[in-house]
Amino acid sequence: MEVAAPTASDGDRVLVVDDLTVSFPTDDGVVQAVRGVSFDLGKGEVLGIVGESGSGKSVTSLAIMGLLPKSARVAGSVRLHGQELTGRSDAELSKIRGKEVAMIFQDPMTSLNPVHPIGKQLAEAVRAHQDVTRSQAWDRAVELLDLVAIPQSRERARQYPHEFSGGMRQRVVIAMAMANDPDVIIADEPTTALDVTVQAQVLQALEKAQNETGAAMILITHDLGVVAGQADRVLVMYAGKPVEIGPVDDIYGDPRMPYTIGLLGSLPRMDTAEPQRLTPISGSPPSLINLPPGCPFTPRCPRAEEICDAQEPGLVITTSAAHRAACHFARELGDVQAHDLFEAETLDRAALSDVLGNEPRDGA
Amino acid sequence: MTDPFPTRGMKPSLEEAPTQDRAPIEREFTVEERSQARQIVRRFMHHKLAVASAVVLILLFILAFVGGHFWRYNYQEFTNDLSQSPSWKHPFGTDSNGVDTFAAVLRGTQRSLEIALFVAIVSTAIGSIYGAIAGFYRGALDTVMMRVVDLFLTFPIIAIAAVLGDKYGAKAQGWLFIAIIIAALTWPYVSRIMRGVVLSLREKEFVEAARALGASDRRIIFRHLIPNAAGPIIVTVTVLVATAILTETALSFIGFGVQFPDTSLGLLVTNAQTAVDTRPWLFYFPGLFIILIVLSINFIGDGLRDAFDPTQTRVRA
Amino acid sequence: MFAYAVKRLLLAIPTLIVSTFVIFLICASFMNPTSFLFGHGQPPPPRVVAFERHKYWLDQALLPRYWHWITGIVVHGRWGPSDQGFNIGHEIFSRLWVTSRLVIAAMVIAAVLAVIVGVISAVKQYSITDYTLSFAGFLFLSLPAFWLAILLKEAGIHLNTSFGHQVFDTIGEQGFGSGAGSFSDILSHLILPTITLALISFASWSRFNRGSMLEVLNSDYIRLARAKGLRNRTVMVRHALRTALIPMITVMALDIAAIFGSAVVTETVYQWHGMGDFLLTSIQKQDQFAVLAWLLVAGFIVILFNLLADLLYAWLDPRIRYD
Repeated sequence: MEVAAPTASDGDRVLVVDDLTVSFPTDDGVVQAVRGVSFDLGKGEVLGIVGESGSGKSVTSLAIMGLLPKSARVAGSVRLHGQELTGRSDAELSKIRGKEVAMIFQDPMTSLNPVHPIGKQLAEAVRAHQDVTRSQAWDRAVELLDLVAIPQSRERARQYPHEFSGGMRQRVVIAMAMANDPDVIIADEPTTALDVTVQAQVLQALEKAQNETGAAMILITHDLGVVAGQADRVLVMYAGKPVEIGPVDDIYGDPRMPYTIGLLGSLPRMDTAEPQRLTPISGSPPSLINLPPGCPFTPRCPRAEEICDAQEPGLVITTSAAHRAACHFARELGDVQAHDLFEAETLDRAALSDVLGNEPRDGA
Repeated sequence: MTDPFPTRGMKPSLEEAPTQDRAPIEREFTVEERSQARQIVRRFMHHKLAVASAVVLILLFILAFVGGHFWRYNYQEFTNDLSQSPSWKHPFGTDSNGVDTFAAVLRGTQRSLEIALFVAIVSTAIGSIYGAIAGFYRGALDTVMMRVVDLFLTFPIIAIAAVLGDKYGAKAQGWLFIAIIIAALTWPYVSRIMRGVVLSLREKEFVEAARALGASDRRIIFRHLIPNAAGPIIVTVTVLVATAILTETALSFIGFGVQFPDTSLGLLVTNAQTAVDTRPWLFYFPGLFIILIVLSINFIGDGLRDAFDPTQTRVRA
Repeated sequence: MFAYAVKRLLLAIPTLIVSTFVIFLICASFMNPTSFLFGHGQPPPPRVVAFERHKYWLDQALLPRYWHWITGIVVHGRWGPSDQGFNIGHEIFSRLWVTSRLVIAAMVIAAVLAVIVGVISAVKQYSITDYTLSFAGFLFLSLPAFWLAILLKEAGIHLNTSFGHQVFDTIGEQGFGSGAGSFSDILSHLILPTITLALISFASWSRFNRGSMLEVLNSDYIRLARAKGLRNRTVMVRHALRTALIPMITVMALDIAAIFGSAVVTETVYQWHGMGDFLLTSIQKQDQFAVLAWLLVAGFIVILFNLLADLLYAWLDPRIRYD
């Protein structure tokens, strides 16, 4: 059973992505960056996409925006309000970008043009889609800066990006995304490049943007903590494919794919009474050139069996129709904890006590 | 299965499936890892024109340094064939004194390549050490050293070289003086690039690490900074060498370069400038050799740039 | 911005002063205005030698001579003695006027050509157009200036013959007799040398512009500009080109000295009475103060252009201004 079977009308779905594939020809062969991603987004819904770098999260979002380099080969379907976006010309897409789908990028230090004032870059976004005068656009730019809590917005609007801190710059980019009341905001790792101390401010601004515009949001991150706090649903990606999708509580409470279990196990948790060891996933993601058949997680998977080498599993229904996982053993993985599957690092504790000058305690 | 969830860490199951008679599937990176040097060579080989140019340049070297000894005429020999157009006997024709143009072109090519090599070695050595010192110590020393470089860059090379070349160009080792002058006026370009690279490199962790381990300044500069700046320096030097060859020909043209009885490609073109219409071979053949040499070097430089700095040329994937 | 401008100006002045001293040192050590007295068989009478040495201030020590020379120019507008029968000051500025026509026209054309070619190459990277333009660029980069000049001169003569009348003038910077110095007269003399100089100068700039354009096109802020929904044209002009052109200013200013060098060669081919002829004749005649004047004027122009480039850069790139 596949997610989001294509229908003539997408109903109340704002955005439907259907079997999206993206590949890049390189000197070494074709890189299969995205290998069939399907999901949909309801009005005002927040979908978190998590995965390691190289899992195809960012490429998926750039494919939706039509911002991939020319060398990229894109197939599948992206529909906004039931209208097909793939295959449209750049000129047609530019009418949608920023107006109906806005995007926030990872690195605020390089996202803004260094030679134009902040206000000008904001006003430019306004004037790209609204028929207003320069001074009206400027006023709107100042208003947007206010919305994302930039102090002295009128003076600040005349300043250049290098006079803003990283967190402030990211808030400016968020303000830019709000400029035209989009229906979908894609935030690609919006807090990754920032200090932990300013991440909260940026997340607040992001929440504000979503409330003000009523937009649905795709929140791409590898920070599971951010997703837990913000998202309604979560999509976990591995090697260019979704491996688990479902409501946030189901994913965190009852994950059904060993990769998701491993990801959660490598995260310190505050909500459990007894202390838990962190369980890292060893190995690294596979090269996306010439992927062998079978499940790409197999080499790192403690649960792997012969069938995993032979056949790549599709998404199957697990705890509910909304919660699906791509694992041959998805239905057997209930109540499995990360430390049941993955080995905790015991060496660290010995090393730690060594450093601290204590007698190494027995690992048991 | 009795134990459905064995906690055995990471163990690929295919190790435990020897009963299957299929070949184990290659799961790790199928793209072989490459050393940095091999990657540079591979990327260079990708630049077809650069590879072709390298071949052409090597052939020109062989032709100029070895070929001259085997060619039936000497560049100083006056044959009885005056102002002949190209033939089997004289592939590039002869001038009004009966000198075989091919022999003269070979000699000129040799001079050009000698000057190119000399400038490459000398200005790279001086420029990179100078630039590395300025960038490494920064502060007042850097300011003073870079002011000196700025000073050099304000002089038009040809003008200074003409002033100096007038005194030395006609001597027996004229080409060497020309080469020294050009090198003396071009090393500041190398030092500028070197300083820029060193300024950014010295903040890198490996330099910090070397310093923490107690390496001397001298060791850090020569073992860590200069080798790591090789890419940009090599690229700069190829551009400089191309410029050096053109400068030599220009100097010969205005009368302050290599002089009779020696010869150079620039001198040959100069002597032929009134004969473009009547004896075009005298003008075109030496000119084409200059272009061939300089063009090859420029393409090699472009290939090296691609090889050392792929981020500059590749579109983001 | 004002403080920055003052700072740059104050830094340029010592550079200029030291450079005058260095060129004086070079000319004093490598040139000998009395050399014409020697080499005619019998040694010249000591009285004549002393007279000539006095005429060219050689009886003074190096430092007083430098002081004499530099204060003469700055305070009295006197550029020193010459045996070419002209006032060096007057002569060099009339020559500079001739040469600057060529240099400025060529630089403007080269800059425009470089921007167009660089942008097209970058936007159509790895296309046939890019490869063709790149190859042409490398070819011009590899041409000796005088070879191209001679070639174009010959082509001009042939074209004149086939047109049946003089379209291009290939000798001198202007004609003689009536109509000399008129706009059309100067233009017809200017065309071929300007094309020569522009073609050999534009190539390296267009390569540079292509590189900086590619770097900008791959930058995050271009991606964000596109994500805002700006039209491709707006992104290219307002964001990409605007930013990519800034570093070009420095490169062009640094090349001024080289262009002066190429202008010397080009002028020689077309037999202009410009700075090139002035320099070469003065070196041949060992006219020390004339050569010094040439180097001083050229050095001053180079330093001035670099100063202007610095200021322009700061004006266009807000990051520099506040350093």
